[in-house]
Amino acid sequence: MSPEAYRVRGPSAVGGDVRRFWNLARTLAATDWKVRFYGSALGYVWSLLRPLMLFGIIYFVFSYVLDAGAGVAHYGVLLLLAIILYFFFSEVTGSGVTSMVDRESLLRKVGFPRAVVPLSVALVAAMNLALNLVVLAIFVVASGVQPRWTWLLLPIPIALMLVFATGVAMLLSALYVRYRDVRPIWDVVLQALFYATPILYPIEIVLARYETLAKIQLLNPLAAIIQESRHLLTGAPSPAAVLDSTALLAVPLGILVGVTWLGFRVFDRMAPRAAEEL
Amino acid sequence: MSDLPADDVAVKAVGVAKTFRLPTEQVSTLKERVLHPARRQRFDVLRALRDVSFEVGRGEVFGIVGRNGSGKSTLMKCLAGIYKADVGEMWLRGRMAPFIELGVGFNPDLTAHDNVLINAVMLGLTPDEARARYGAIMDFAELHEFAELKLKNYSSGMQVRLAFSVMVHVDADLLLIDEVLAVGDAAFQQKCYDVLDRARNEGRTILLVTHDMGQVQRFCDRALLLDRGRVVAIDESRRVARAYTHLNFASASERESFVRAADRDPDEQHVVVVDGWAQTRADGRTARLEPGAESAMAMRVRFTRAAVEPAFAFTITDEQQRRVLSMSTDRQGFATGEHDAGDEIDITAGFVNHLAAGRYWLSVQVTEAAGGALLAFREDISSFVVGGAGAGGGVVDLPHGFELTPAPSMQPVTDEP
Repeated sequence: MSPEAYRVRGPSAVGGDVRRFWNLARTLAATDWKVRFYGSALGYVWSLLRPLMLFGIIYFVFSYVLDAGAGVAHYGVLLLLAIILYFFFSEVTGSGVTSMVDRESLLRKVGFPRAVVPLSVALVAAMNLALNLVVLAIFVVASGVQPRWTWLLLPIPIALMLVFATGVAMLLSALYVRYRDVRPIWDVVLQALFYATPILYPIEIVLARYETLAKIQLLNPLAAIIQESRHLLTGAPSPAAVLDSTALLAVPLGILVGVTWLGFRVFDRMAPRAAEEL
Repeated sequence: MSDLPADDVAVKAVGVAKTFRLPTEQVSTLKERVLHPARRQRFDVLRALRDVSFEVGRGEVFGIVGRNGSGKSTLMKCLAGIYKADVGEMWLRGRMAPFIELGVGFNPDLTAHDNVLINAVMLGLTPDEARARYGAIMDFAELHEFAELKLKNYSSGMQVRLAFSVMVHVDADLLLIDEVLAVGDAAFQQKCYDVLDRARNEGRTILLVTHDMGQVQRFCDRALLLDRGRVVAIDESRRVARAYTHLNFASASERESFVRAADRDPDEQHVVVVDGWAQTRADGRTARLEPGAESAMAMRVRFTRAAVEPAFAFTITDEQQRRVLSMSTDRQGFATGEHDAGDEIDITAGFVNHLAAGRYWLSVQVTEAAGGALLAFREDISSFVVGGAGAGGGVVDLPHGFELTPAPSMQPVTDEP
């Protein structure tokens, strides 16, 4: 019995074989993960210990030294949650930009669905995110936040963040293959996003002084996701409450879907020629 | 649209073309795009492949040869799904594994163990399969004791061994090999050859990109010769190897006369070589000569015009295209007589076979009298094998004997009376 003949269609973004796609993304992510702690005595322990110490410092400085919380309940924990989510976004998109170029040798030597590359970057960041959330749980318990049933809904904004970050990473990595200026531009954009998003400061402060500004801020999907997570964690004002309208939530959601779709489209168009243009 | 390939075809390409656009002016920053929106990027167009069509049968070892830049690697990358062909269709049958480079995905900071798993997954195994074959891979590479060593501490030879071992254990139905066998020392090359032979015997289909004509003739059943992106020849590997040699080394005039002699219209020829073969006194016509046997090369020619004392020559070449034996009537002063149009004769050249074991090709030619113009020439008209255990690498296996005597200085001194 001879095996089925099939047509060679050249490289694509996703390709037909879902299992192979997943196997490759998983293997590349695991490799990156291993290399990250290569040569350190404590190895993986660092992936928990480092955020623990880092968050301890941030928590201490902002809650006690700077007292930036302005009386918002559990400000320290909310700060850490926002920082963790922002770190994730910045890791996926920041290493995503150069991911295709970094994997050049692989792309030029093996035919595989090209989207594996940005996706593996997102997977590594997701592992990091998971560990950071474990560390966050320690702070949540230690600072005495009352358990709420809304915690069960936290995976939703986190999943949205995953999708959004991956979409942006696909867009940037595809553009970077042709235009190397994308990286410095994105570095600046990431910095701007950090301050434009209620991370270091609670949205309540902005809301009290410039209500319109607070509303505009929350049209940014990154801010909306972070604020929604804060809301689910401690009952801080939800994006819908700040915007004073549930319907307006369609704007950040629309941007999220639009950018993700655009990222996929641009990547899909670039994928067949990635190997020759690198 | 062409049809699906037939059942016994493993690779089929129809009218494949690939063009690369190489920007002549480096306009790859946004700033320049913004400042000069009207300026179109200028490109050098490199037509890497043009209208390439071929079929490879299942279980065939198929060579792809050509000079540097002829498009052979591009063709391989199109087949492997790394580049997308601009036009044309390609079909494959069975699981394909690409070996464009040894050790794809190797990371110097990880252990051999990790690298084997990564490499195997990149080449198409599932992580479970990769883990299951890990032991066999390390056995084959003979690197078990260094499994937990970081790859950067491996010598380059060890890395090649490891990568090659993974490649062997990926066991795809269809192997695309791009000159990876050119690396490594002689022992490694031998191992490669053994593996290729085994893969062939197991009925796998192999596409081998190389510019080593020895490799092509040793392994490939057939081969494809590319020149500047076009298919020049698809033929039995020996003929392709010869075409490649001509393409590369022959001067223009030599190439011209070679083509003329081969392509001349039979009606215009004075002499037509009808046949050429090897024979022995015992068996008559044969494709196998035994060592030491009374053997002969023979040709049958037909005269279309009268000829006086034409000269006949036989040339035997070996697999490396070395001329091993040349026999001509002219050099021996053998009288060939007068022949009328329509005569058909057999000429034989007898010799005691002292060729080393191996495969040989017979070429024959007929010239006008001594040193005259070439009347007919048939290169590689037939081939034969010399049996026997081999001559330890020599070209000939001449009869020889041994004798062992003490050196003169060791002779007993008899100075006493």
